Amino acid sequence: MRFETLEQLADICLNENKTIAEVMMEDQAKETNIPVDEVFRQMADYYQVMKEAVQKGLTGNTKSRSGLTGGDAKKVADYMQQGEPCLGGPSATAMAYALAVSEVNASMGRIIATPTAGSCGIIPGVFVSTQERFGWDDDKLVHGLFTAGAIGFVIANNASISGAEGGCQAEVGSAIGMAAGAMVELRGGSPQQAVHAVGLALKNCLGLICDPVAGLVEIPCIVRNGLGAVTALAAADMALAGVGSVIPADEVIGVMLEVGSAMPTKHRETGKGGLAATPTGRKLTKELVEQRRRKVKEAKQPPSDMN
Amino acid sequence: MRFKNVFSIIGPSMVGPSSSHTAGAVRIGRVARQLLGSQPEKAQITLFGSFAETYWGHGTDLALTAGLLNFDTDDERIPEADIEAEKAGMSMEWVQGKGNGPHPNSVKITLWAGESKAEIVAASIGGGTIAVYSLNGFDVQITGEYPTIAVTHSDSQGVLASLTALLSREGINIGYMDVDRKGRSGAAMTVFELDSAPAENIIKEMTNQPFILEVTMIDLTQRS
Repeated sequence: MRFETLEQLADICLNENKTIAEVMMEDQAKETNIPVDEVFRQMADYYQVMKEAVQKGLTGNTKSRSGLTGGDAKKVADYMQQGEPCLGGPSATAMAYALAVSEVNASMGRIIATPTAGSCGIIPGVFVSTQERFGWDDDKLVHGLFTAGAIGFVIANNASISGAEGGCQAEVGSAIGMAAGAMVELRGGSPQQAVHAVGLALKNCLGLICDPVAGLVEIPCIVRNGLGAVTALAAADMALAGVGSVIPADEVIGVMLEVGSAMPTKHRETGKGGLAATPTGRKLTKELVEQRRRKVKEAKQPPSDMN
Repeated sequence: MRFKNVFSIIGPSMVGPSSSHTAGAVRIGRVARQLLGSQPEKAQITLFGSFAETYWGHGTDLALTAGLLNFDTDDERIPEADIEAEKAGMSMEWVQGKGNGPHPNSVKITLWAGESKAEIVAASIGGGTIAVYSLNGFDVQITGEYPTIAVTHSDSQGVLASLTALLSREGINIGYMDVDRKGRSGAAMTVFELDSAPAENIIKEMTNQPFILEVTMIDLTQRS
């Protein structure tokens, strides 16, 4: 790739009069020696999986393996039918769709990691809802995925996209930044505005700890995906309105690394700190461990008809 | 740069719930199977760190098993991989490792099939991307992002030159290479991450060269 920072990426766009998506597609093709149209086709396939996951999640048949979560996306979608949500329809739709994909993930259904499975709801939530709202064709959204990918590429290489390394800011935070920047470009904003959106979005996620109950990608991950989709739209709107990130996005990414490294281990996906360590978090963990022990015990016993 | 292309950020297409614990685990399982070169009959899996703490809820056990069966990350049979393993006649042993291993999400896999044995140590570093730290006891640094050949050979002068000459003759570019040896003049392993996969006859020709003990192809870029 020709860029390591968002500033370099925006400069390439400016000098070559290209969008972030175009630069990412070309660089990807060059790096992997695969033609641009084939690279585009793979991303288009991924977008179809995202749309399927949104639909699957809205049916509400998304009980997770642990039994802790499922069905919340449908609750939000049903609630929206009853009247105007506090957020307003478009943001609430993005939120419902993001919850839907995240619940499909928790139930071991098929999703696209964007950038991770823990944060897989935000980009589809934002993309699929805005596609319906603005009547965009699929190809436009596939371009948007390359924009998001370019932003994630910079974050992953300069900070982290792993909750175990950098906390939830590395997963949900990265996804929000990626979705916000992509949305700016999809709405016709400049690469510089897209980069500002990334900075604005990431600043609001710094220090977000990864504290999943029982270590599972469910509580609080699923609701953070729902809320993250809304934050991404807000950051995109600020940037499109001309609001800049006074601290440049690349410097914010540097801070992500610093904050992530400074986080105690227990707040990095161990399921031992934060919400996981609350009385309820501990209680749920204990119940799951017991449930697991029972299952192991049952599995070791011969079937009853052999006794 | 740990992440090298856009599909390591957007993607993989996978069965949930965790790109680190599930998708990365499938890919590690596939690397182990490819190193063995056949369907394993027996697998011993030692989990470390976060893998050991949360594998049951994330289906990491199912995902590693699925990888050993050569399933891809988005194979919808992953949730039933334990049943599939039984059908395939593969027995599994799970061990709780002490500490974190080389990374908070690490695993050591030992496989047996007939006379063959293979062992890897690897970690899932985020977003489904993996890092392999050891192949059959040799320290390596590979990702599975590129077609990779692992060559076991004796530590003798000229071996590397002959290997690189062969790849050069075939027009195959080396992206990364790494050599580790057990001791001077002992066994050694060289791994090559390549821009394109060599044909089977090239692997055979390589195997027939002096001092070469074994050549194994590891390639996660091809769908199973």
